[in-house]
Amino acid sequence: MAEDSKSRKLLSVVLLAAGIVALIAALYLDFTGSDASFRGPLLILGAITALVGLYLFPTIEHHRTIINIIFLFPLLFTFAVTVIIPLVLGIFYSFTNWNGIKFTEFVGFSNYMTMFKDPAFIWSVLITFLFVIFNMIFVNVVGFALALLCTSKLKGVGFFRAAYFLPNLIGGIVLGYIWQFVFNNVLVKITANWGMQNSVLSSTNTAFAAIIVVYIWQYAGYIMLIYVTGLTTIPKDVLEASQIDGANAITTLFRIKIPMIASTFTICTFLTLTSAFKQFDVNMALTNGTGSVADFMGSYLTNGTQMLALNIYNTAISKNNYAMGQAKAVLFFIILACVSILQVSVSNKKEVEM
Amino acid sequence: MEMKKSRKIILTALAVIVAVYTLFPFYLVVMNTFKNANSIVANPVGFEGVSVSQLMTNLTSVINNSNFNFWYAFGTSAIITIISLILLALFGGMAAWVICRNKTKWSTAIYMVFIASMIIPFQVVMLPLISTFRDVGKFVGISMLQSIPGIVFAYCGFGGAMTVFILTGFIKGIPYELEEAAAIDGCSPEGTFFRIIFPLLTPVITTVTILNGMWIWNDYLLPSLMLGQNGKVKTLPVAVQAFVGSYVKQWDLILAAALLAIIPMIIIFLVAQKQIMNGMVEGAIK
Repeated sequence: MAEDSKSRKLLSVVLLAAGIVALIAALYLDFTGSDASFRGPLLILGAITALVGLYLFPTIEHHRTIINIIFLFPLLFTFAVTVIIPLVLGIFYSFTNWNGIKFTEFVGFSNYMTMFKDPAFIWSVLITFLFVIFNMIFVNVVGFALALLCTSKLKGVGFFRAAYFLPNLIGGIVLGYIWQFVFNNVLVKITANWGMQNSVLSSTNTAFAAIIVVYIWQYAGYIMLIYVTGLTTIPKDVLEASQIDGANAITTLFRIKIPMIASTFTICTFLTLTSAFKQFDVNMALTNGTGSVADFMGSYLTNGTQMLALNIYNTAISKNNYAMGQAKAVLFFIILACVSILQVSVSNKKEVEM
Repeated sequence: MEMKKSRKIILTALAVIVAVYTLFPFYLVVMNTFKNANSIVANPVGFEGVSVSQLMTNLTSVINNSNFNFWYAFGTSAIITIISLILLALFGGMAAWVICRNKTKWSTAIYMVFIASMIIPFQVVMLPLISTFRDVGKFVGISMLQSIPGIVFAYCGFGGAMTVFILTGFIKGIPYELEEAAAIDGCSPEGTFFRIIFPLLTPVITTVTILNGMWIWNDYLLPSLMLGQNGKVKTLPVAVQAFVGSYVKQWDLILAAALLAIIPMIIIFLVAQKQIMNGMVEGAIK
């Protein structure tokens, strides 16, 4: 036993030392700008060896702490590198003239000032809000109606549920192109009979409506599922009692079903709200933000259906104006943070009432 | 509750109409991959011009297309998704367990940071993310952009918060006595986690895997930025986008590409329909 512990200690110290030496060697190569291709694997190998050494370290009272650190490390490390560091850098860059690689000077709030003077951006913000409001209403109404349909005693309810949910499985890019085909090649043939020769995607207003339609098509099935879950949690005896009391279907709906799943409504409202705000894929694949606006704040715009997320992307990637794109993204973040805080306060208030 | 017959008929008709509307685009995709470009433009809805040999022609020309490179993109997407899901389940479970079972200032702080980070939209970190990854890659000598390890790393970082959030909620419900009993029997903490806790997590890991899997498989923005539109490594959504960009209005090829892109997801849905629908709801409610 003692022998075992001794050899284990030796192994642990050797591994720990080897790992740290490898780490230092790799970092030394990195800092001196060496091009040796083995420095990356050396770094990773060193880190793993050091962690194994740490794990084998023979101690009773600290073993739990060592395990905690080893268990937390992978996720915290990736999280820090992908979320925390870019977030801090991003907020910082929005105050500079960053070009995606480096920055040369601070510009204070000038990115933000320019942004709010740009009619195209203001337009994007406005239609994003409009899009969010329309979607919040329509997706929830349609989703709830479908949920009622899918919880009634019809035959083949399981099939309908799956069919309505199906669009949700497909990524926004692919279904954006599928719908582009529907609008440009199929619908136009039907509307041509009524004297409308152009595709709905060619005019700004109808193209905007088309994005809403596609979005409802994609999202209502998902919201429906959540409402179905809510509706099935209503106790059967409550519904039976109301029926015995002579309530008809409409009364049952408004007096019993809707009040009893109020919390589901809160969840779905905020879910549709945040997801509509972040809408990007469908917008890009369907119209790519195009659409002319004759006169908005005295300017002619060509980004009639470009929503906020797409505007950020185009500012940075297509127009290569990274600092400006980042400033817009920070504003986007602030709006979404406000929405989330509102959601938390609304949900808490509801819980107190119940 | 017996419904009146007429009402039942009306409701069924309504349900059928909505189902037809929902499935119509899928019908169009399938139908038109059986046609050549001329028949698609002439009559996109009907059966005219449908032939099986045309289906094979369309599919093979898309699969062999050097811009689309279907099998390569499919394989890349599959590898990225599967590795990310395994790592997220493993690392997420480990982190959630530590956070849940240690009531210290640190664990609470880490948990709070994870929760708060869930409101961060991808757009606000995407631009600095690319430059950070470029710098890190240059520094350590492992390419983080245009590489599968890099994008898996990013998915672990972005999916971590939600995974930990859902798993923590579940671990709280596992009685602590189980772990105490294991410790008395001489089980080490890591043994307790891997032999007792992790197997108990199976149902909730299914939920998390479905949520993360749908997101990672369909994600476009992150891979398009990290891998590049015309980079060597492409996921399926990026390949579709690149393909459509180079074959504007060639609907026979575009729709065949779309069909190939959606088939894997539909097959998985048909196999695990119940789990997927339940998983999506559970993720939303929590």
